[in-house]
Amino acid sequence: MSDAFSISTQQNEPLELTADVLVIGGGPAGTWAAWSAASKGARVVLADKGYCGASGATAPSGVGVWYVQPDPEERAKAKASREALGGFLADHSWMDRVLDQTYENVAHLAQWGYPFPTNERGEQVRRGMQGPEYMKIMRKVVKQAGVKILDHSPALELLLDFDGVVAGAAGVQRQENRPWSVKAGAVVIATGGCAFLSKALGTNVLTGDGGLMAAEAGGEMSGMEFSNAYSLAPAFSSVTKSAYYSWASFTYEDGRVIEGAGSQRGRSIIAKTLLTQPVFCQLDKADDETQVWMRKGQPNFFLPFDRAGINPFTDRFPVTMRLEGTVRGTGGIRIADTTCATTAPGLYAAGDAATRELICGGFTGGGSHNAAWAISSGYWAGGGAAAYALSLGEKAHNRRLRGAGRAALRPAGAGFDTAEIVRGVQSEVTPYDKNLFRTEAGLRSSLVELNGLWRAVQGRPESASTTEGVIQARQAAAMVATARWMYASAHVRTETRGMHKRVDHPAQSPEQQYRLLSGGLDTVWVKPDPTSVAAPAPKETVSR
Amino acid sequence: MIELVSQSRCIECNLCVKVCPTNVFDEVDGGAPVIARQSACQTCFMCEVYCPADALYVAPEAEASVAVDEDRLIDLGLLGSYREAVGWGPGRTPGAAKVDATDYMQEKIRKVLH
Ligand SMILES: Cc1cc2nc3c(=O)[nH]c(=O)nc-3n(C[C@H](O)[C@H](O)[C@H](O)COP(=O)(O)OP(=O)(O)OC[C@H]3O[C@@H](n4cnc5c(N)ncnc54)[C@H](O)[C@@H]3O)c2cc1C
Ligand code: SF4
Ligand code: SF4
Repeated sequence: MSDAFSISTQQNEPLELTADVLVIGGGPAGTWAAWSAASKGARVVLADKGYCGASGATAPSGVGVWYVQPDPEERAKAKASREALGGFLADHSWMDRVLDQTYENVAHLAQWGYPFPTNERGEQVRRGMQGPEYMKIMRKVVKQAGVKILDHSPALELLLDFDGVVAGAAGVQRQENRPWSVKAGAVVIATGGCAFLSKALGTNVLTGDGGLMAAEAGGEMSGMEFSNAYSLAPAFSSVTKSAYYSWASFTYEDGRVIEGAGSQRGRSIIAKTLLTQPVFCQLDKADDETQVWMRKGQPNFFLPFDRAGINPFTDRFPVTMRLEGTVRGTGGIRIADTTCATTAPGLYAAGDAATRELICGGFTGGGSHNAAWAISSGYWAGGGAAAYALSLGEKAHNRRLRGAGRAALRPAGAGFDTAEIVRGVQSEVTPYDKNLFRTEAGLRSSLVELNGLWRAVQGRPESASTTEGVIQARQAAAMVATARWMYASAHVRTETRGMHKRVDHPAQSPEQQYRLLSGGLDTVWVKPDPTSVAAPAPKETVSR
Repeated sequence: MIELVSQSRCIECNLCVKVCPTNVFDEVDGGAPVIARQSACQTCFMCEVYCPADALYVAPEAEASVAVDEDRLIDLGLLGSYREAVGWGPGRTPGAAKVDATDYMQEKIRKVLH
């Protein structure tokens, strides 16, 4: 390509492929999308930043899944359970679709050999999947469907035809040290959420790349104020598995109990305490029998303890709350129709990269909705992309393409230091007193900082001479973009709803029961989604 | 963070190089892979789960590199312990198939919270 971004070191000859559908990201959403597209007769390439099967948030952890028997009463109960928590922003027809599709697809997973455990009646219990096993099977299934997988191949930008329609993507193969590009009839973004390199379990590959790529091609975001998920973990550790902290007591250093602290409703109190002093924890409410079950249920929960020589039931250990951003938040790329098309023609989105407000509003809490959404939205996005691509016929591969990427790829300013940009973003999004407890003044001051960082990443990364350097610089730019949409949306939502907490507006305001769209690169905008519940006449708010 | 590639155990299959999501290892001609970018390690333990020779050790400390001693890890039964818990390896049953704790746990959580 004539306008390819440049990396100054010697790289090997580029890999150039064509496909009907290109899937970017190989977690649950990406693999379901690839399988679905291939099943509809499309030729599919899947590119993952890491290794499809081991990369992303699900692979090292495991997920409870929103799997509910097709019994009207149970379904109604399942839908009602999160409505209030999510601030009444979910949509019943989407909840119904996701419950149906998840139920059907999990049955496929059982057929493919996922070893679901059985209950005393000998029936399979299909409410959760352990990560390594689930993703190993998904990789196998995708390969058997004829999908070509490119591992260690982060996408850096989308490719557009001269009408601005998405027609492929380009990136680098980090282990082969060569550029890749795929010309495709349609592209699915399934790059996961953004946890800002916090080291929460499995999330350091999730830097918001898909959102930036989509925005450069005309995509919009939704629900970006619901982006402040934090999870409990031993202070030294990456293992953000929060469920078992239901059995915990939380104490100050001197052993006094912290009143009101708890893993579900009392997390704010833990965060507030952590702002000034360490918080200690002990799982002293678990009886002997429970302890045995806990070990069997989530072996990775005990890894850090066993290795650090801590008995979490009898010893006190320091805890922290690690940022999971939009991974266990609900904001992401706006979904425009039931095929999971975005507002950018030729582009589809699925999983954590897309908004999950449609099924859980502004809150996901103890998971399961995310896993169900990844399965269903992946399935629909893959199918939608295949139908669109196949309808283009030969035209799909005769288009002249150009790269859509700008920030950190095609320098328009002075040099910048990637590590400094990353530190800059993290110091705005990580602290509890900025992101969890939000205020007008705090958000405004963060936006000023973030706008400055955005101007900086228009330049040339000092690390641009190496393949790794380019990947990291582009990730930094994506984190800055994500943080700006987050805080611009949080600034406009002058109330507390879902996981979004405004200290200066602690109540839920009935007039704001609508979803917020956002987008823009140099100029960020936010406006109510006219298709969401009780939306007033759209009023656009612009922040420069 | 990843702290150990056991020279005596490694069979040089390079699976860890392949599966590590953040590209921490480099292949070495005729030898065990090296930890080339330790600071990129996200402490996800996936390399350990895949290593067929129980040759890798990921320390639980996510932020800091710590010293480890291979003999001591073997004595404590920690080399390969997570692969065993996940139930991968010849003759093992996948941990996923063993139990379903959901009902039991949900009931217990309800009791603890109320
Ligand atoms: C500790 C933890 C526990 C969780 N537990 C639950 C639970 O119990 N229930 C539940 O419903 N949800 C849970 N979640 C959330 C759940 O894991 C995610 O919703 C799910 O993984 C989303 O799937 P995904 O495919 O969209 O993204 P991911 O699984 O994160 O996969 C994204 C993939 O995209 C790749 N990628 C990223 N950028 C690029 C790029 N530029 N180019 C190419 N590839 C790229 C990554 O390498 C990765 O493989 C949990 C999350 C965490 C962190
Ligand atoms: S996976 Fe294990 S045996 Fe294979 S190369 Fe890596 S350390 Fe050696
Ligand atoms: S723990 Fe995860 S990130 Fe670290 S080396 Fe192993 S696979 Fe790579």
